[in-house]
Amino acid sequence: MFRSMRRPFPAELREAQREIEQHARAYGLDFFEVIFEVVDYREMNQIAAYMGFPVRYPHWRWGMEYERLTKSYSYGLHRIYELVINNDPCYAYLLASNSLTDQRLVMAHVYAHCDFFKNNIWFSKTNRKMVDQMANHAVRIRSYMDRYGVDRVEAFIDTCLSLEDQIDIHSPFIQRRRKQEENEDRPKRARPKLPSKPYMDPFINPKVEDEDTQQTAVDEDAPATTPAKIPPEPEKDLLLFLLEYAPLAPWQRDVLRIIREEAYYFAPQAQTKIMNEGWASYWHSTIMTQKGLRDAEVIDYADHHAGTVAMHPGRINPYKLGLELFRDIEYRWNTGRFGAEYEQCDDWQRKKNWDTGAGLGRQKIFEVRRIYNDVTFIDEFLTPEFCERHRLFAYRYDEDREQYVIESREFKKIKERLLFSLTNLGRPYIYVVDGNYENRGELYLVHRYAGVDLDLPYARATLQNVYKLWTRPVHLETVLDDRKVLLTYDGSGHRKRTLGSAE
Amino acid sequence: MIQRIERDNARFREIVRGKIRQNLRKYLSRGELIGRQGRNVVTIPVPQIDIPHFRHGQRGSGGVGQGEGDVGDPIGTAPGQGGSGEAGSDPGEHVLEVEIELEELAQMLGEELELPRIEPKGKKNIVQASPRYTSIRQVGPESLRHVKRTLKQALKRSITSGEYDPKNPRIVPIQEDKRYRARKFIPQPEANAVLIYMMDVSGSMMDEQKEIVRITAFWIDTWIKAHYKGVETRYIVHDAEAAEVDRHTFFHIRESGGTKISSAYRLCSRVIREHFPPDEWNIYAFHFSDGDNWGEDNSEAVRVVRDELLPACNLFCYGQVESAYGSGLFLHFLQEAIGDQENVSLADIPDRDGIYNALKTFLGKGR
Repeated sequence: MFRSMRRPFPAELREAQREIEQHARAYGLDFFEVIFEVVDYREMNQIAAYMGFPVRYPHWRWGMEYERLTKSYSYGLHRIYELVINNDPCYAYLLASNSLTDQRLVMAHVYAHCDFFKNNIWFSKTNRKMVDQMANHAVRIRSYMDRYGVDRVEAFIDTCLSLEDQIDIHSPFIQRRRKQEENEDRPKRARPKLPSKPYMDPFINPKVEDEDTQQTAVDEDAPATTPAKIPPEPEKDLLLFLLEYAPLAPWQRDVLRIIREEAYYFAPQAQTKIMNEGWASYWHSTIMTQKGLRDAEVIDYADHHAGTVAMHPGRINPYKLGLELFRDIEYRWNTGRFGAEYEQCDDWQRKKNWDTGAGLGRQKIFEVRRIYNDVTFIDEFLTPEFCERHRLFAYRYDEDREQYVIESREFKKIKERLLFSLTNLGRPYIYVVDGNYENRGELYLVHRYAGVDLDLPYARATLQNVYKLWTRPVHLETVLDDRKVLLTYDGSGHRKRTLGSAE
Repeated sequence: MIQRIERDNARFREIVRGKIRQNLRKYLSRGELIGRQGRNVVTIPVPQIDIPHFRHGQRGSGGVGQGEGDVGDPIGTAPGQGGSGEAGSDPGEHVLEVEIELEELAQMLGEELELPRIEPKGKKNIVQASPRYTSIRQVGPESLRHVKRTLKQALKRSITSGEYDPKNPRIVPIQEDKRYRARKFIPQPEANAVLIYMMDVSGSMMDEQKEIVRITAFWIDTWIKAHYKGVETRYIVHDAEAAEVDRHTFFHIRESGGTKISSAYRLCSRVIREHFPPDEWNIYAFHFSDGDNWGEDNSEAVRVVRDELLPACNLFCYGQVESAYGSGLFLHFLQEAIGDQENVSLADIPDRDGIYNALKTFLGKGR
């Protein structure tokens, strides 16, 4: 599959790989087999545009991303040194124009990424043969394009992509539904019941002889003739809900399934960006400075490393933040600065010089890389001292000045803002609450408001896409300007109805 | 190697072209394209095509940054958690710069304004070139097979693949080796064209008026150049007197004198006489003014146009750019005197939005 791109792997790189791999193993990193490929910048941009994969289904947005990368590369705005994908074996791409020092550093970086992919629990449910799977998806979508037309399939993909982040990132780990439910034959889609006088009801709402309605027919006399609520519990995974209940053609269902599967595959990477990059940076710096560096390489290494962890005013560099947090954890657990005794110590002087000689640092960071994700990582290990030392601040949007301003340097606020930007990948929480709203087969979504309004034009455009899949009016309950509102799109136009003030 | 991404990229460009086509009317009245003009391409800023998601708006939003600054200080950069030297993964809001060939832009312009293709005058200029078999292709009828090239190719292949044996130098061409003669049309000596721009630079023509002229001229250039191979451009400015200037001066010069339009027309006529014999050239004369001519000059100007310019030109266009100071009477004079002539286009351009109609009027004659 890679034949078209394969070029001889230079002997010096093979040697470097052997050496770095040995060091990595000696430090206890545990990874899949890593296959390095040397690519030129064009191939690198292509692979980056495809989000790391050699083959993806045809879509214009890869082309857009490619154009952007190529432009920005030619203007010297960025340079992708390396790209690595979560797969077994792990494929990693090296930029051909990297110097040998860069390549060695990058290899160390890659081995740590690969260790993270393999061992971090949040990656445990991802498909490790995703390279193959992506290629399969491409074949399927191509065949649909051949059959139903490029424009039609592409437009449908656009619609699905608009909702691709409406998944439940925790669902692979939690059993959201009762087991038996899954075996049950789910009712297709609630048939809207037309209003009628009792004696006319059998004629206006005739019973269709199938399983679902037979059930209701049995307890006809019971007052609760309303069919089971769909979904029974608010459903976070909008894509799954649409897969199960939206009136889609088989090919559309399959496309939607593909989009959803890929979204779930990529979710852990977004969930662990800070940790993953931090971990990789921690290890490339450890391996290189302790073992891998030759005297002649020091300057080049320092230059590259400094570029990677450079801070830009007003932003967070995940490489830097993650790296420093890992180092901080290692230091704290090495010196025993954790646990109740340390936390409750009031003596400033004693705390400053605290060192029990516990030496648990290395062990601790390996544990951290296994069971944490960015949210829990920040929640657990971000300390006031750390924020102080690294000059972190929280910013907010100032509506009067129409710009972002520094809001606070208080630990609590910083942590709050940081966690907010990471929770649910920084996206709003949207739930499907009712698939048969007002008994008219309309879809009712609720935005779980957490202090930040939705971007209204985007929300409306997205709602239109939900409508395209659901084909009946769709509603979204949210809060705008401190008022609870219901946004509705019914296929012809948008409406906004105020429901009351937000509590 | 054609990379897979090229196809996605081509698809994307196709979509972007569609967007440009849709919004061409908007671009028509904007000056920014002109500064982005290369030799054969224009760079057009297009808002990035976006797939909408449910996302947070600005109200109440915020984040975490790193660095110096006091509470309340604005932070310069756009917020976001971008990586540094490595791959930036946030799509963010970008303006895409799309390069488009002038020829294609002209085609879009033609479609948008429903312009007829220009029919060059003087059929004798169009020499139908006969095809010559000077080119080589990999496919073709066997009767056109180029034996020598075919064998050469076969030899090359057998050597590179290691099949070639010097002791037994037998080579058998396979399909891929075959080369065929192909015909090529020798580029015909196309009809030449000259664009003569005239502009009133008297005190009443303000910057905005000149900008309108500049934008209009850009689109006229684009359109005319798409129809002729060698296009020459001449620029004439005038107030009470006329002078031939270069392009830069044309758009930047500022005079304060009165206005005698006839001076420009006379100079134009002389330029044509001296350099562009009408039977060899397709001549396009464009004149822009705010129409505030010196009263006694009107009849003289009309005379020069009617007797000297119209017989020589494919097209004579007059665009009256409205200004706060101009009386705007000259348009009426021309309208009365020569408005019925076939190769005359007169347009009133009240503001930038008027460019659209002016172009339609000017270029809609198909001459």
